[in-house]
Amino acid sequence: MLSIDRAIVDAIVAHARRDHPDEACGVVAGPAGSDLATRHIPMENAARSMTFYEFDSMEQLRVWREMDDRDEAPVVIYHSHTATEAYPSRTDVSFAGEPDAHYLLVSTREPDSEEIRSFRIVAGVVTEEKVCILDAGVDPHAVQSYMFGQSPATVDYECSGR
Amino acid sequence: MAIEVRIPTILRSHTGGAKIVEGAGDTLGDLFTDLDSRHDGLKGRLVTDTGALHRFVNVYINDEDVRFLGALEAKLNDGDSVTILPAVAGGALGFAAVAGPRGLRAEPPAGR
Repeated sequence: MLSIDRAIVDAIVAHARRDHPDEACGVVAGPAGSDLATRHIPMENAARSMTFYEFDSMEQLRVWREMDDRDEAPVVIYHSHTATEAYPSRTDVSFAGEPDAHYLLVSTREPDSEEIRSFRIVAGVVTEEKVCILDAGVDPHAVQSYMFGQSPATVDYECSGR
Repeated sequence: MAIEVRIPTILRSHTGGAKIVEGAGDTLGDLFTDLDSRHDGLKGRLVTDTGALHRFVNVYINDEDVRFLGALEAKLNDGDSVTILPAVAGGALGFAAVAGPRGLRAEPPAGR
């Protein structure tokens, strides 16, 4: 399960909307070993493409070193699909090189709602996981404008049990 | 000639979990051959069957991307630091359609 603050989800969606129709990409860092996504880092899409994204290699080195210095890990790696569903493509699976990361996909193909889904991608195997939005109680109605995957019942807005 | 090499999580299965290993070589290609002698299979994750640097990794010597230094021919000096990171890339379409503006990603992945 991915647990993530609503403010960060909002910032990711805003980034995806801003770069639409090109794909947007970025990272959410968090303390190493914690699985907490706390620091949003929007990245340049060096490909500037509607169907492809890649981190700029020098920006990536800088950001990865910074995470190392702060004892952080790339907890979430996100990108948008701008004309198709929020599901990892073959290309996404081929490149997925962070086995501990949550791969978050945002689809901006609909103009007024976003599909947001999260996956583990390990050794070419894609496993969808639940998305838990933290602090959704602040404004629960806003959260519901997102469409989480094909089964909204899998989203635990208040993260009950925490 | 000691070169410090930082290994990303996904390749640490080849280094017994080690995050930093040491190696030697006059070029990046030599270094990878040297590393492979102690960390079996590592070179195959970095270099393609045709002898090119794999597109799924970024390799840096100190602060430079080796793709701008001659890739596997890049020269190494004692005390250099080599960093390997997984390339972060992807996108909506399959490989056939995404040669990309730099033509870097046109080749399908090997071994998947």
